[in-house]
Amino acid sequence: MNMEMEMQFLLTPENESFARVCAAAFAARLDPTMEEIADIKTALSEAISNAYLHAYGEKSGLLILRAGLCERTLIYEIEDRGIGIRSIEEAMQPFFTTSKNAARSGMGFTLMQAFMDEVEVISEPEKGTKVILRKVISH
Amino acid sequence: MKELEMKLPREIDHRSAEKWTKILRKKIAEEHPKRLILDFAEVTMMDSSGIGLILGRYKQMKELGGEIIVKNTSRQVDCVLRLSGLYQIIRKWERRNAS
Repeated sequence: MNMEMEMQFLLTPENESFARVCAAAFAARLDPTMEEIADIKTALSEAISNAYLHAYGEKSGLLILRAGLCERTLIYEIEDRGIGIRSIEEAMQPFFTTSKNAARSGMGFTLMQAFMDEVEVISEPEKGTKVILRKVISH
Repeated sequence: MKELEMKLPREIDHRSAEKWTKILRKKIAEEHPKRLILDFAEVTMMDSSGIGLILGRYKQMKELGGEIIVKNTSRQVDCVLRLSGLYQIIRKWERRNAS
């Protein structure tokens, strides 16, 4: 599978929503419904927020977004060069969070799974994390 | 019954949720409503930060002996509220004469 698009950006408030819009715009060629667009934006928002909130600690960091498609399946990769995830299995549990902030629900991966067809996570400590999201767009 | 109705923004992510936490917290503290109505008519996307936003306001309203009601939620917002279990503690207003 060759990715067709790659962008790199610094995790800033403006760029987080910019990246979501880019991801949604990439999907436009498959003529998705408004609901499918909302699903994609939400899943991307979760993945990008995770990178912002956990990957780089207090610092701002780089995020790479790639997109591609295979027939009617959209594929997104969201990659950071941050601290990595200690236990992916744990991180994917509903309501699991390492954050002490009460506003963090620990539902990020659960929602990615709810809104996309497939969620894959590859992570290495101190190297970074890559989240791969796949979604089939209906006709 | 004293009601406070608030229209939520187009996109709820961790940035806007933080901002709206402050807005709602202040408004509830000032007005002491018995019912907080959150209108999702303009919301096109809500990620999991919306859960924290609503849960925090639920606790605040509970202390006042009040409740939270949501209305005009999309299928996507409904899904977030259902999966997080929030629909067990808050109510949704359905349109009465939906055809």
